[in-house]
Amino acid sequence: MDTALFEFCLRMGDNTLVLGHRVSEWCGHAPVLEEDIALANTALDLIGQTQLWLGLAGEVEGRGRDADALAYRRDAWDFRNVLLTEQPNGDFGQTILRQFLFDAWQSIMLERLKESSDERVKAIAEKASKEVAYHLERSRDTVVGLGDGTAESHARMQAALDKLYPYVGELFGADAVDQEIAERGIAPLPADLRDAYDALLAEVMAEATLTIPDSRWSHSGGRDGSRHSEHLGHILAEMQWLQRAYPDARW
Amino acid sequence: MQPSVDEVWTWLAEVPDPEIPVISLVDLGIIRDVAWAGDTLEVTVTPTYSGCPATSLINFEIEKALRDNGIEKIELKRQISPPWTTDWLSEAGRAKLEEYGIAPPQPAGGPEKCPHCGSTEVERISQFGSTPCKAQWRCKDCLEPFDYFKCI
Repeated sequence: MDTALFEFCLRMGDNTLVLGHRVSEWCGHAPVLEEDIALANTALDLIGQTQLWLGLAGEVEGRGRDADALAYRRDAWDFRNVLLTEQPNGDFGQTILRQFLFDAWQSIMLERLKESSDERVKAIAEKASKEVAYHLERSRDTVVGLGDGTAESHARMQAALDKLYPYVGELFGADAVDQEIAERGIAPLPADLRDAYDALLAEVMAEATLTIPDSRWSHSGGRDGSRHSEHLGHILAEMQWLQRAYPDARW
Repeated sequence: MQPSVDEVWTWLAEVPDPEIPVISLVDLGIIRDVAWAGDTLEVTVTPTYSGCPATSLINFEIEKALRDNGIEKIELKRQISPPWTTDWLSEAGRAKLEEYGIAPPQPAGGPEKCPHCGSTEVERISQFGSTPCKAQWRCKDCLEPFDYFKCI
């Protein structure tokens, strides 16, 4: 099996799966109807992208597991999403800031993946990047609107940034899988995206009148599965219980 | 006798999109190819948005239309590259959308005019709407909200 490519697809697909599930928790709870619809649509796109990435992961693995089997029948330590995506929703501001931090990274990553040496990876990136352009436009505008908003909304957005920024660094981590994937031209080294990401973040945070924390220290352990936060287990309990209790149950 | 590919296209042109039934799947531009492989009819379909919940229903509707026309061996193929674009909406489809009250996509990124009163004084409410492919807009003259089929 092509272990590196399998791992890479899991990292991409688990990010969108876990964040998609998190965002879907807002369905019916958002502060206004338009935001409820936007959140649900964003979640839907992310789950759709998950089907593509985990579908490819299953194909690469070649053991008969499809996207559903990978989503519903793996335990927390087999998940490869970054810790940022599994963080609780908090208030609306925290959700939208988390979304922006992820959208900014995903949009830069997908642009680079359009040049992938693997045709299947390239096809997914071409499809997903169109959707992500809309996600980024909205999360960016909303972060600016709330950051440069009232004293209350500004304070909440700054608190959200202070809380979530220590999870950003993991997006740019590097290990043997990243090295191999980059050498084969499948994806760029995550660290190579950092300059573009920092530039975008600086521009948007300035517009939002928010201050990026000085320290670049980062939590890690999600994308290699070694140290997921306790939150992931709770997400999986809710997401997987039906398929665990009644394997292969269908609507 | 095997029906011709052209004939199959005319059947598919009758299959409505499940979310926006005024346009057909062919109008929407998601049927990418129809071909015979021996005695099996292969229909290649591309999704609009990767998470569009209508995708499985669309496949079902295609299969049903083909079976109703006597085709027994059918293979539906999914193709994601090149990705679907609103440029593939047919001219007929665009006209039908507008008549139905959904402003068709425009290169400028927003509706040309209100599909109800024709006013060009329109404003965006949200880039996201009742389905992944639509945004919510409002007319500043007749004050009616309307859907805009957004460019992708």
